[in-house]
Amino acid sequence: MSTSGATSSDGALVPLLEIEAVSSFYGDFQALFDVCITIGEGETVAIIGANGAGKSTLLATVAGLMRPAAGDVRFDGRSISGLPAYKRVPLGIALVPEGRRIFPSLTVAENLRVGATRGRPGPWTLGRIYKTFPLLEAIAGRWGAALSGGEQQALAIGRALMGNPRLLLLDELSLGLAPTVIKSLYAGLREIKEEGTTVVLVEQDVGQALAAAERAYCLLEGRISLHGATSELTREQVIGAYFGL
Amino acid sequence: MVWLNQVVQGLLLGGLYALFATGLSLVFGVMRMVNLAQGDLIVLSSFLAFVLAGDLDWNPLLTLVILIPLMAILGFAAQALLLNHTLDSDLAPLLATFGLSVIIQNSLLEHFSGDTRRLHAGAIETESIRVTGQISIGWFPLMTFLVAVGLLVALQLLIRRTQIGRSLRATSDDRRAAQLVGIDNRKVYGIAAAISLATVAIAGVFLGVYSNFSPTSGPSRLLFAFEAVIIGGLGSPWGTLVGGVVLGVAQTVGAQVSVGWGDLTGHLVFLAVLLIRPRGLFARPELV
Amino acid sequence: MSVESSRQPALTRRRWLDIARGLFFACVLGALVTVPWWRSEGGMRDLVEFFTLLALAQMWNLLAGYAGLVSIGQQSFVGIGAYSLFMLGDRAAIHPFLAVALAGLIAAVISLPTAAVAFRLRGGYFAIGTWVIAEVFYLLTLNGTDFGVDLGGGNGVTILSAAQLERSFRGHGTYWWALGAGVGSVLLSYLLLRSRVGLALTAIRDDETAARSIGVNVLRTKVLVWVVAAFGCGLAGAVIYLNLLRVQPEAAYDVNWTAYMIFIVVIGGIGTIEGPIIGTIIFFVLQQKLSQYGAWYLILLGSIAIAAAVWFRGGIWGVIGRRYDLRLFPVQRRISTTPGA
Repeated sequence: MSTSGATSSDGALVPLLEIEAVSSFYGDFQALFDVCITIGEGETVAIIGANGAGKSTLLATVAGLMRPAAGDVRFDGRSISGLPAYKRVPLGIALVPEGRRIFPSLTVAENLRVGATRGRPGPWTLGRIYKTFPLLEAIAGRWGAALSGGEQQALAIGRALMGNPRLLLLDELSLGLAPTVIKSLYAGLREIKEEGTTVVLVEQDVGQALAAAERAYCLLEGRISLHGATSELTREQVIGAYFGL
Repeated sequence: MVWLNQVVQGLLLGGLYALFATGLSLVFGVMRMVNLAQGDLIVLSSFLAFVLAGDLDWNPLLTLVILIPLMAILGFAAQALLLNHTLDSDLAPLLATFGLSVIIQNSLLEHFSGDTRRLHAGAIETESIRVTGQISIGWFPLMTFLVAVGLLVALQLLIRRTQIGRSLRATSDDRRAAQLVGIDNRKVYGIAAAISLATVAIAGVFLGVYSNFSPTSGPSRLLFAFEAVIIGGLGSPWGTLVGGVVLGVAQTVGAQVSVGWGDLTGHLVFLAVLLIRPRGLFARPELV
Repeated sequence: MSVESSRQPALTRRRWLDIARGLFFACVLGALVTVPWWRSEGGMRDLVEFFTLLALAQMWNLLAGYAGLVSIGQQSFVGIGAYSLFMLGDRAAIHPFLAVALAGLIAAVISLPTAAVAFRLRGGYFAIGTWVIAEVFYLLTLNGTDFGVDLGGGNGVTILSAAQLERSFRGHGTYWWALGAGVGSVLLSYLLLRSRVGLALTAIRDDETAARSIGVNVLRTKVLVWVVAAFGCGLAGAVIYLNLLRVQPEAAYDVNWTAYMIFIVVIGGIGTIEGPIIGTIIFFVLQQKLSQYGAWYLILLGSIAIAAAVWFRGGIWGVIGRRYDLRLFPVQRRISTTPGA
């Protein structure tokens, strides 16, 4: 079970992640406009939107690869906007980046090991990850450069889990993968949720994302166009928010 | 037979060149940075060994006990304080290490004058094994070669079997992804620089015993180190040893043909390899 | 407000600036051309040194600042220029003043095969590769007799064909050649950068792959700049030794030539045309005042290089140009969205 969240002065639980009025730029191009998102511990939240809507930028900002030009990112009540990415890992934030980005010069086992470099203690060990993603155990000695898309994605998730994060950020999990592979990855995701890990899921595949998450936000050209419980959102609402109709 | 002896000498010289080159290729492998001060740092180590051996009345090889940690710390500091701030540009690291090279050379000139020096390690310098009438293998060149091999083995073990080696490889592959698993790039680069300068310390001491050195010897050591790396192929440590050997043999055979031709022959062989097999003899595909 | 009336004032303002700039250059040029009649011989020799350094620096700036080719081997072409002058003047009996131009051309021709070799390498390794090539030229020159060409070996040669010219004639001619090289290098950079090649270079500088994908022939552009720079360095080298008369291989092929080019460009401001001009002035003044301190002077230069690498990437002109948005040699392209802007 994950540790319980911090409590504010009036005794209420502070959300695990607070993104408050964050604006981000790529050079002159503004990718995020005043985005506000709150995520509680143990939740699974989906962030959907078309290409270029700003989803990856948002995750990169939370993970520390980008610094917001305005606004604040708070983790467990504490502002982390100024922290570089490598310092956020021991706090319990892990990003599985778009494109997997596993290390080609390391074997599967080494990729996993390196994920534990600055991690926290917890249930995710090499053995546990092999149990959740058995295909990884079968290829443990293979070089990262020689893996298929599905193997890479499982490895990327495993690598992030080795640090025992409280918050797992998944960027475009199903991109470029076959449906059967996607299904098995989402099955693994269920186990991760059962451990109490908070999951933020960025997806272009709206169906999978909404099915796996309790709440969802929709991004359109850098702004939140919709948010709510996935059980309450209608198809028309989602399509409207996704395409800006 | 004289030619065969030259080839043997060149082979052993290759060990020395591999020592020069190891630090250069390590730093390039991890941070894609070319250290233009490599040769001058080697010469600096030779001079430091000279001073230490003189003051402490030690055999210069013994001074490595002090020099290796000293240079390692220097490398870490230079990387952390200065060079890490230049990695976002293509020109800046070259400029900074070029500036360093000029500073080291002229500081040495200022302090030691332009005279050549030599480190004396005792009888082992001149003793040799007589293999046949015309071929002899000097004990010291042989030792240098074996140290080079040993160093390469040690580095391979470090890179492949340890946690720090994994971090080095991961950072070299993808430094953003490395940040995502909690690796501090600056520290990794500092460690790579420290290891590199530790090898430079070894190279400097062995160079000093092997041959004369002066404050301006640096640049040619850099060129030889570079040629050894390119001939062998980027990213292949054993390739660097082979590259060093090819260069060494080219130089000694060339010198046998005509005294002034040693270096030139080496350069020409290097250029030939560059034209015919630009990736070198054992290049790793991903790196080129 | 009609388009016509909003155009007029802006255009007039631009016009004034252009006219002022043109007058300024005309005056400066006029003064410089007439130097032999109002400066001493020593002063003239200083200016020869100044203008040849300027030419060298502009060439290095073209290579590194615009084409992304960081070379530490330009001394190859300085030496080739010098020895070509010797061969043409002394051995082929061509008038030294004509030989200077031909020396530049020879350097340009020889640079082509060197490009074939050097361009196999990239980045820092390219840099060292150019140095190796310079060493090869040095050693070939030194051992020339082994290849049937007597270039004086280690003792070097004297350019007798120039030494035998009447003294003030030689002095004037050398000065005007130097002035031509210096001003010419600035003009050459300016024109090149305003041409289609310049546009290609800017694209390459931004993103090489993207440039290639829109049809820019990256290799040909880089080779062009390489050859032009070789021409400039060869010409400058010939002028330098026209002035010095005595050519020794260790000095002609000395890596310090490139070191000076690098310092000048980096101090003045890389990637601009104004930068090397400022850099040469500063370097020249520094050298006059401080070279007596020998090694310490060079240590200072090295420290400045490091400081520039870490903190002052744009050099002096970078700092000034940014603050006041000044351009003496406008080569940047602006997209105007408003008329007359």
